[in-house]
This record gives sequence, C-alpha cells and structure tokens, in this order.
Amino acid sequence: MSAADAAAGNGVGIRQFATFRVADMFMGIELARVQELLRYQEMTWVPLAAPMIAGLINLRGQIVTVVDMRRILGLAPVADGEALPMNIVIHSDGGPVSILVDEICDVLDVPIEASTPIPANLPPEQREFLEGVYQLGCGLLLVIRTERILAIDGSLITP
Amino acid sequence: MEFAEEMREFLIESNDGLAALDRDIVELEKHPTDELLIGSVFRTLHTLKGASGFFGFSILGSITHIAENLLGQVRDKQRNLTPELVSLMLSTVDVVKAVLANIEECGHEGADDYQELRDRLAEMFRSGSEAMFEAAAAEVERGTAIADEAGPVAELAASKGSLASSSTIRVDVNLLDKLMNLVGELVLAQNQIVQSGTANAVTIHGALQRLNLITRELHEGVMRARMQPIGVVWNKLPRAVRDLAAAVGKKIEVHLEGAETELDKTIIEAIKDPLMHLVRNACDHGIESCEARVAQGKSPHGTILLRAYHEGGYVNLEISDDGAGIDPQRIKSKAVQRGLVPRERAAQMSEWEALRLIFLPGLSTAEKVTPISGRGVGMDVVRTNIEKIGGAVDVTSRAGVGSTIKIKIPMTLAIIPGLAVSVHSTRNIVSGAMPDEHRFVIPQANLLELVRLEGPERRKQIDRIHEAEFYRWRGKLLPLAHLSRILGLPSCTSESDVLNIVVVKAEETAFGLVVDQIDDTQKIVVKALGKQLKELRCYAGATIMGDGKIALILDLPGVARLARIVPQAKESVDESLEPEQAAAGGWR
Repeated sequence: MSAADAAAGNGVGIRQFATFRVADMFMGIELARVQELLRYQEMTWVPLAAPMIAGLINLRGQIVTVVDMRRILGLAPVADGEALPMNIVIHSDGGPVSILVDEICDVLDVPIEASTPIPANLPPEQREFLEGVYQLGCGLLLVIRTERILAIDGSLITP
Repeated sequence: MEFAEEMREFLIESNDGLAALDRDIVELEKHPTDELLIGSVFRTLHTLKGASGFFGFSILGSITHIAENLLGQVRDKQRNLTPELVSLMLSTVDVVKAVLANIEECGHEGADDYQELRDRLAEMFRSGSEAMFEAAAAEVERGTAIADEAGPVAELAASKGSLASSSTIRVDVNLLDKLMNLVGELVLAQNQIVQSGTANAVTIHGALQRLNLITRELHEGVMRARMQPIGVVWNKLPRAVRDLAAAVGKKIEVHLEGAETELDKTIIEAIKDPLMHLVRNACDHGIESCEARVAQGKSPHGTILLRAYHEGGYVNLEISDDGAGIDPQRIKSKAVQRGLVPRERAAQMSEWEALRLIFLPGLSTAEKVTPISGRGVGMDVVRTNIEKIGGAVDVTSRAGVGSTIKIKIPMTLAIIPGLAVSVHSTRNIVSGAMPDEHRFVIPQANLLELVRLEGPERRKQIDRIHEAEFYRWRGKLLPLAHLSRILGLPSCTSESDVLNIVVVKAEETAFGLVVDQIDDTQKIVVKALGKQLKELRCYAGATIMGDGKIALILDLPGVARLARIVPQAKESVDESLEPEQAAAGGWR
C-alpha cells in the first residue's frame, strides 16, 4: 500500500483499485493484492466442488484455483455467445488464486472520502463479500473483501 | 553477517559430529580397544573444542576439553573404558547437544554452566591421573571465569536462529557441477529452439529431443540432491536402544544393514518418529529379559536388526527382533475383549490377519503400561503416518523366534508413479454434443490390477444386490464403484460392451473402480491444491500432464469413503482416543 500511496501523489487518503465488471456491477479489488491479469484460460473442472469454484488453471506450472465471481455473488452464469470471462490472479499466503470476471477495466485512484457504507438493501450473500462502496463520477464502485474470497470453502460435501 | 554464516556452519557441523559421536561411543563400548574408533571420537571432540574456543563458548569449551583429556587417557591405555565412563561420555554428549540447541535458539550458551557434570568428569579424570588433574581443574576455573565475557560475541551470531541443521542439506560438489552443466546445456538447447524459427522441422525435432533428455537428467539430478542416506536417522538408534535396554534391564544389541540406502529428505523426516516407535516396541515387548532368554536356550543378548534396501522404486525397511514373537491368539482375544473385533469374526481369522490387528487403534498386548510403551496408541499411528506418505506396513512373527515389521515406502514424495484414467460426461452445456473427457490419476501405490470385461462375459461376472454391484474376483466379491457416479458426473456412455475395472486398495479394503478409459502409467509431479479445495477429501492433489492440462490425483481412501465402501467415521475413531493417552502415549 505504501508504494501505491506514494505513486498517487500526496499519498493521503487515496486507494488504488484494479477495477472490473461482473454482469452489470462495477467492482474493484485492492491493487496491491493483484499478481497478474490473464485472458480466458481453459480450466480443469473439479467434480464435487461448490459451484463457486470454476476450476483449476495451469499458471506456469503452478496449479491455481479459479473462483467464479458471478457464482459468488449469486448471479446467473455467463450465457452462450457472450465474451469469455477473464482471470484476475491475486496472491495469498496459500498460493495464488484467480477470480473469474466478465471484463477487466482500469486501475483507479479513489479518494477515501468517496467511501460509503454498503447499502442495506443489497442481498446478504453479496454484502458478505464486499468491503465497501465508493461513489465515483462514473457510478458506484463495489470493492470486494479479498480475505473473504480466499477463505471460500470450495467443497460441496465432506466425505 | 559473515560471522553469522560461520556460526551456522559451526552448528550444522557440530550437530552432524554429535550424531556420529553417539553411535561411535556406543560402538566403542562393544569394542573398547578399537583404536580407529577411539581416534574418531577423539577427533570429533577435539574439533568441537577448537570451534567452541574460536566462538568464545567457554562452557562448551571446558566440557569438551575435560572429556577429551579423559578420552586421551583411554587412548594412551592409562585406563579402561568402563560402562560408567561410557555413560558419562554419553551424558556429556547430551549436555553438549543442549548447549548447542541453546546457542541455536538464543545465541548464547544459557545460564546453566553444568558444574555437576564437569565435576563428575574431573572426578573421573582425577581417578585416572592425579598429576594431570591440576591442569584440568585450572582449565575448569578459567572456563567459568570467561563465561561472562562470552555474551556479546555470541549475540552477534543470533541473527539467524531456527533449526539450521534440518533446513539445510549437504550436496556432493560433483553432483552440483553436473547440475550446472545440465543447466548450461539447457540454455544452449533453448537458444537453438529460439533461433530455429525459420529452420526446418528436422532441426527443431533434434533440438526438442535434446531438450527432453536434458530435462530428464536435470530432474534426476535435482532429486538426487535431495536424497539422504537412511543412516542419518539410524545413527540415533544405537544410543536410544542402549538407554532403553538399561531402563528395562535387558541386554540388547543393534545391527544396521544398508545404512547407505537413500531416501528423499521429506520422507526421512516423516519416518523418523514411526521408526523410533517400532524400535522402542521391539526393546520393550519384543526382546525378553535375560533370564527368560537363557531359559529358552537363547543368548542373553537380544538383537534388533534394521535393514534397508531398494526394491522396484520403493525402499523397504525391516525392523526385526529375535524376541518372543507375537502370539496371534493373544492378539485376537485382546481385540475381542476390547470390542474391536466381533468374536465370531476373530475365530475365522488367519494368523496373518490376526497379526495385523496390532495396527488397530487401542490395541496393546503389553500386560502393564511402562513408561516406554504399552498404551496401545502406537501401532495405528505408525500405520497412519506410513500410509500418509504412500507407504505400507506389514508384520510377520514366529513364536519364540522373533517378529519383523516391514515398511515399504516410496523413495520420493514429490514424484510418484500413477495410472491415468478418464471418465466421459456431458457436463459442459456449451460444447453440446461432444462429451467431456475428465482425466484423473490413481497413485500406483493403491493399484492392485486392471480388469477389462467385454461382451456377454461381462454380465455373468457382475452380480447385483439392490443398487450395489460386485465383481467375482478370485473367489471374493469385489465391491464396484463407478467413478463417474461417485464424482456426480452425468455419465454419457450408454451401456457399452466394455467394462474397465481398476482394482485398488484403500485402508486394507480392495474395491473396483469402474472408469470409461484406462490410459497409461506415468511418473507424475504431485502439486497441492489451494486451500479452498482442501476439504475435498477425494483428491490428494493435482498434476500437470504432458499436454499442459491439469489432472486431479484421486485420494483412494477418500473415494472409498464417498462410495461408502469403507466406513465414514475414520476421523471420529481417532478423536475418541483418550486425550491423556494421546498426550502421554509411547509414540513420539
């Protein structure tokens, strides 16, 4: 964060987010958590895993779990004929994890003052995965709670 | 900082030296006049003393100094090597170990100056030679005087603290050179491929072939660098057995065969505790007391033999004793008494099956609980730990002649042989008609055999009881499980005429896994799954196949549990062990 702050100029009250789109939602993730961005990769499906788990990808010899942001937010899967989703790879203590999103947008500098509490009328399953909402000129930016995403338990049943 | 590096080296070398010292001293007791052995012990102590002086560790210095003098008397034939002297030497080694551990942890020798041990050493020394005592005593005094000054120097070295010895490995320089050469060749091959963009297919093919060869050699080389001789663990055993034998009042000798057999470092770490437990068992229940042995016409000395040898990609470890053996009848009645096995089942058991009961949780045949063993938490933990690393344990025994525990473990964990299988399904709605092929890998360790049934023959050999299917396999009913159904894949193969059964074994239960296609066996690199998928017990990990795609590695015990072939509640059995047993148990 400190490096990101310094890059943002005076460094006070600015946060940097990598932004992306999921269905009609404009979302962001702390830039410092992002390792890399990838185009759609062919995935290996994991039988018996929860629907949130889209599959596994081979990232230069490392096996990375891909979580489907649409499923996490309880949205319908991508329909046929729509553009292929993209991967945002984030790093964590337990190795990288990839988030599947519809479209990757810009990196934005956002003043902290723009933050507002999460509106109460969002469905609880979505609120759970959100850290906050920022009011920007171009609309509302929903920032996801990275730690909660990493803590997903991807097993459907425990034998 | 450079100083810290040297300190680390000192710690590693000292720990290596001490491990050898333990073994040599015990060996010395058997052959008190072996001058080579005395020389070796003397040298190790001397090196330790020198290094301690260099780093200003005065307690260490003075202890090793007197011990060295004492040994000097033995070497110069001024005294005999008595058992008391050996015990004193061994406790000296223990103290040195404790001090070294302290240095490793906090950078100084610690508050305890072990005056009592030094007094005992000096006492022993004086009884050997009055004249030399003066010098030694002066040495002791000087050591104590310097002890306080050592602080600041030692603190310098404390920067890198943790477990220097277990996180490092010694590699042969020749091997390292070879690896470096291979990396050089790898770069050459890469250049060749990069530059051959316009070249013809033959050149590229040649370069690829070379690349293939280099990668394989590089892989083998790196794996070799991780290998350690099993002797690293065994070195500790003669000393442990000596202590145990003294504690239970028996006479036991240890013989080691094949100490140079090499295993991957991670495996060595994993078998350390189970091995110690088995040896402890052999000392405590295996070998009889001297009187009992003499009464049976055996030599009063019991023998424990440890053997290690390679066999088909696996390493076999055998722990044999020439003790009383295990009585299958007693095991059966114990198991029945504890409610582990129904009485009628026990009556039908073969001798081998009965012996294997010792691996059940909660079974111990020792009549009384000793501090060493007999709480019945041991053997099942040994089995679980060995199976965790893909190994297997077996036991054979002959009454009055002795028993042998045989452990079979893979040489390495990171790369295992496995069988690739596939199931077809129509999960993917997007791709429509084309069925998906899902590849999985079954570890070779679980594999028993492959069965392919074709045509009408198939119908006859498959029996059904309600939903459950069985295959008549060598006179037994082998439960069948369809991999696609277990994993919840909508199977798309219509009732074809071919049935592929992979006969596997999980937790002592054999069952048949029905798959759509059997590919081939290959060596696979095991990679862990992310923590999001850790709860899925049916996978042991994943691997990357030759085409760059990922295949999941099946965890057969997990699969068997999903298919309800083995009971679900394995975990709850483990937890039901009484906590105090688990804490105080002989294991560990």
